[in-house]
Amino acid sequence: MDKPFPYSETVMDHFANPRNMGDMEDPSAVGNVGNPACGDMMRLFLKIENGIIVDAKFKTFGCGAAIASSSMLTEMIKGMTLDEAMSISNEEVVNALGGLPEAKIHCSVMAEEALKAAMEDYKNKNR
Amino acid sequence: MQTEKFVYFDNINTTFPDPRVVRKIDEVLNFRLGNPSAHIHSAGIAAGKVVDEAREKVAAYIGAAPETLIFTSGATEANNLAITGFLKANPEFGFVCSNIEHFSVLNQIRSLRNSVKTSILDVDSYGLVEPDSLEKVLKNNRSIVSLSLANPEIGTMQDIEKISEICSRNGSILHSDATAAAGLIEIDVNKMGIDLLTLSGHNIYGPAGVGALYVNKKIRLASIFEGGNQESGIRPGTENVPGIAGMGEACEALKGDMKSHEKRLRDLGNDLWKSLQESVRFVNFTGHPEKRLPGHVSFWVEHIEGESLLLLLSMNGVMASSGSACSSNLKAKDEDELMASHVLAAVGVPSDICSGSITLSAGRYNTEEDFNYVKSVLPGLVEKLLTMSPSYDDYMKNKETTDG
Repeated sequence: MDKPFPYSETVMDHFANPRNMGDMEDPSAVGNVGNPACGDMMRLFLKIENGIIVDAKFKTFGCGAAIASSSMLTEMIKGMTLDEAMSISNEEVVNALGGLPEAKIHCSVMAEEALKAAMEDYKNKNR
Repeated sequence: MQTEKFVYFDNINTTFPDPRVVRKIDEVLNFRLGNPSAHIHSAGIAAGKVVDEAREKVAAYIGAAPETLIFTSGATEANNLAITGFLKANPEFGFVCSNIEHFSVLNQIRSLRNSVKTSILDVDSYGLVEPDSLEKVLKNNRSIVSLSLANPEIGTMQDIEKISEICSRNGSILHSDATAAAGLIEIDVNKMGIDLLTLSGHNIYGPAGVGALYVNKKIRLASIFEGGNQESGIRPGTENVPGIAGMGEACEALKGDMKSHEKRLRDLGNDLWKSLQESVRFVNFTGHPEKRLPGHVSFWVEHIEGESLLLLLSMNGVMASSGSACSSNLKAKDEDELMASHVLAAVGVPSDICSGSITLSAGRYNTEEDFNYVKSVLPGLVEKLLTMSPSYDDYMKNKETTDG
């Protein structure tokens, strides 16, 4: 019998093997949200070419749900247009992860906020 | 990501029952026993005998007389009975406890503060109660003082004999919750000067759902339940005969090799502490380095969050616990219920770091190999989380700037 874990299989997979984790050279935009003081912090890097997110990377300080949400978000937005990415909500991240415990929904909100912050950064840089 | 390893370092939360305990419970359940209160027929008398025998064995573990023990449903009930039951019978007393007590002690303040004088003592950064502050509180206010023998989260053991001296010098009564310490160290209520002592079955290789309260003969206690005459009327309700028998057997099984396990676990725990100190970057240990439970190592790591480390440990077959804000209570209904540990806050772990602590608590079944395994996997898991941490990146960048 497989050992039981507190999260869905998808969450555990993204936590154990996070996709797109790491730094990015010359990112088009960076989104910083959270604070170690609140127990979680996420940094999202985007490479944007011709209005399309061609690459996304993240670094996250946080619990399993926070790391998995970050990883899932980067997977979802790669290849999206900026408009498409803007419409991504935390619920979509939660659904893609196969659900999160109620008390951990805020981790997916952090991922959405990081994306919004990165978009804002991109707008500011390209005024 | 699954692993066959099963390295259990969460003995502070529960222990696995000793095989002798399992056999005893099985035997008792299979023996056609009556209700111990049915003193006339043989099935009832036989059940009473099982309870009496267990009472002798539990009493022997703490150096007490059998008639001073009251069986309860566990430590929480024993703690409530000890404090609220004592104050019900002795309303002229006050209530004093430390700010790192278990909620079953600390939260009694809520119901008591309208009727008695209550005080909460701050502990120092090691989790120790300062004798002078206790003396000051008790000077003009005889109280029942409740201080756990050892803290489960940070492992610190109070200087109980010194505390007991202060209590008796000031006409006060000492209750100690021994849930975390029992099963790991020898306990003698007379030598330690403890008036009321709480024991929990499942923390000493016995079953859950049973505990005991030692009550010194000189202490008057009132019941906090309405019911029959069981346990001298102090804890009414039909006795949990198999559970009580199991707890008795657990205490019997502790005898003999208690000292050798204590020494073995103390050495292995100290060794693990030293090893992690050298191999884990940004590690901060919690609790007192010497006055602590054998085989107990607790710490937090800057720049990483406790739950992620617990999960990685579990994926690698190591089961530990945490006082982290975000980890202990995944069944919480919302974020607000993910409270940071009151114990960590009390010993001054900066709340602005909130990274959560890890408690590795060994028991008599842990082998040297278990300790070595933790030593070999833990540093790598911390490094894995550091590479993911933006907080670590910021720290390194700042360091580069400062170092020039």
